[in-house]
Amino acid sequence: MILKLQDVTFSYKSDTVLDDVTFEVHDGELVAVLGPNGVGKTTLLRCINAILKPQRGSVLIDGEDLRHLHGKEVAKRIGYVAQKGESSRLTAFDAILLGRKPHIRWNVSKHDLEIVDAVIKRLGLEHLMLRYIDEMSGGEFQKVCIARALVQEPKILLLDEPTASLDLKNQLDILGFVKHVVSGHGITGLMAVHDLNTALRYSDRFLFMKSGKILSYGTINDVTPGMIEEVYGVKVMLEECKGHPVVIPVE
Amino acid sequence: MHLEDGQVPEEYRRYTGRKTAFVAGGFVLLFVIFVFSISIGAVRIPPAAVVRILLGGSTSGGWEIIIRNIRLPQALTAVVAGIGLGVSGAVMQSILRNPLGSPFTLGISQAAAFGAALSVMILGGGTMRSSVTDAVVVSNPYLTTGVAFAFSLVGVGVILLITRIRRSSPEVMVLAGIAMGSLFTAGTMFLQYFADDVQLAAMVFWTFGDTARASWKEFFFITVVVALALVYFMFNRWNYNAIDAGDETANGLGVVVKRVRIYGMLVASVTTAVIVSFLGIIGFVGLVCPHIVRRIIGDDHRYLIPGTSVMGGILLLTADTVARVILAPNVLPVAILTSFLGAPVFIYLLVRGYKR
Repeated sequence: MILKLQDVTFSYKSDTVLDDVTFEVHDGELVAVLGPNGVGKTTLLRCINAILKPQRGSVLIDGEDLRHLHGKEVAKRIGYVAQKGESSRLTAFDAILLGRKPHIRWNVSKHDLEIVDAVIKRLGLEHLMLRYIDEMSGGEFQKVCIARALVQEPKILLLDEPTASLDLKNQLDILGFVKHVVSGHGITGLMAVHDLNTALRYSDRFLFMKSGKILSYGTINDVTPGMIEEVYGVKVMLEECKGHPVVIPVE
Repeated sequence: MHLEDGQVPEEYRRYTGRKTAFVAGGFVLLFVIFVFSISIGAVRIPPAAVVRILLGGSTSGGWEIIIRNIRLPQALTAVVAGIGLGVSGAVMQSILRNPLGSPFTLGISQAAAFGAALSVMILGGGTMRSSVTDAVVVSNPYLTTGVAFAFSLVGVGVILLITRIRRSSPEVMVLAGIAMGSLFTAGTMFLQYFADDVQLAAMVFWTFGDTARASWKEFFFITVVVALALVYFMFNRWNYNAIDAGDETANGLGVVVKRVRIYGMLVASVTTAVIVSFLGIIGFVGLVCPHIVRRIIGDDHRYLIPGTSVMGGILLLTADTVARVILAPNVLPVAILTSFLGAPVFIYLLVRGYKR
């Protein structure tokens, strides 16, 4: 299973946000999309799941061009955890069940409910099942959003800053959780993140973006202090601490 | 991902069972109130006789004529109008992402009132007529209804046009609606300022929403519109749940949010416009009814839509019944009662908070 982007170019009016973006991701891999605010990380994710239509280039899943698929069919292949989810007075079970939307015709089937239950069990969310999502903490709510994307039975999971506004414990929880889901179930994961240290710790590959272009795409070995300085404009040291790479700003 | 080991949890079954029971219980209650509503009035008819006549039987009291010609169309109209107003309000709150959202927020009632005023002043004219029930009658009701409806469509059309030019964000819709509402209110005031006292009385009288204005013909027309709207809304129940989860999330689930929002607004507005044009302005049902139901069974549109339907029917029929008997032999317009009954219930629910 391969996700492949070929020459993807997207602009808002005259402002080019993505410029000839080409890369591919294999299943079981978690890719961190890194870059400063406004560089086009969210636009990249939206182009991948066809919310935005690139002016040029194509997004292929296993060789299948997403431009030829209906929105519902895209949603059966790609799960999307948006940056800002809204809560309402739904139980976690019903909120997760919403992820079956692309598969539902008129009414939910027993099979839909069973999949929700299976995902809840996998993620250990049984205790939250009948809690209302508007009464949950940020971490609990984020887990429900990820669970919702998983019941879509996607091949690809896109996450837009899944750890924004979470405390340290929840950041580690959520990313560990995403990592586990991606590598354990053969899903392709792509997440936009800001925190370099958590990204370095949990991701398999790193995609650095600058001015709408890919500056570098590779494994941890390709991440250098020079690269980080070029992208963020901040001098850093890249040290290893108890086996984990750590970025320390030195300015 | 292999997800073959799931089961439907027993607690979840019980939870959805409770919601289903709420809706079912609502229908039973609605039927009881319905029979009671028909049985009381200037002539008291025993409930058992009401049921017998409703089932097509006959009684010795000669009550059939009262029931078939007067009470039954009025009670049925109250139920159907309550369903339409309640369910339109519920959908609008969701697609406008605003707890105060209702077709009235979009200026529908103000537009209809302006249309009615214009019809009274320029096209038809109102006449005073002294009778037991009504002090004033609009002399040409069909013309007035038609013009009121046409102007509510103009209001909706302008809002749609604005949302097409701008992106279809809920904020633009709500603000455009408020602007249209105050524009039409100003227009109505302008007409009222130059109206003579007969016309003025007819204009003001028209705005008092009253279910007694509907005969069988109007009832059937309203019913068809409300039924179609209800089917459309139920068909979109998952889309509304998705929009509740945020536009981005909904898009990611394959929902074309823009389209769902605009069509939803159109259907809810037209439904409300039809009811308001025939019956006059009946406030509060569209706003309060969804909130009452949300506080009891939550925001899941699978249950919220049938729940608000039945609650809307209950609320308007109860208000209508009380309006008929509270100052008998005078009959109040139901619009006065909906707020009198709805507001305390709503405030009680606000204070008490959510129920689990």
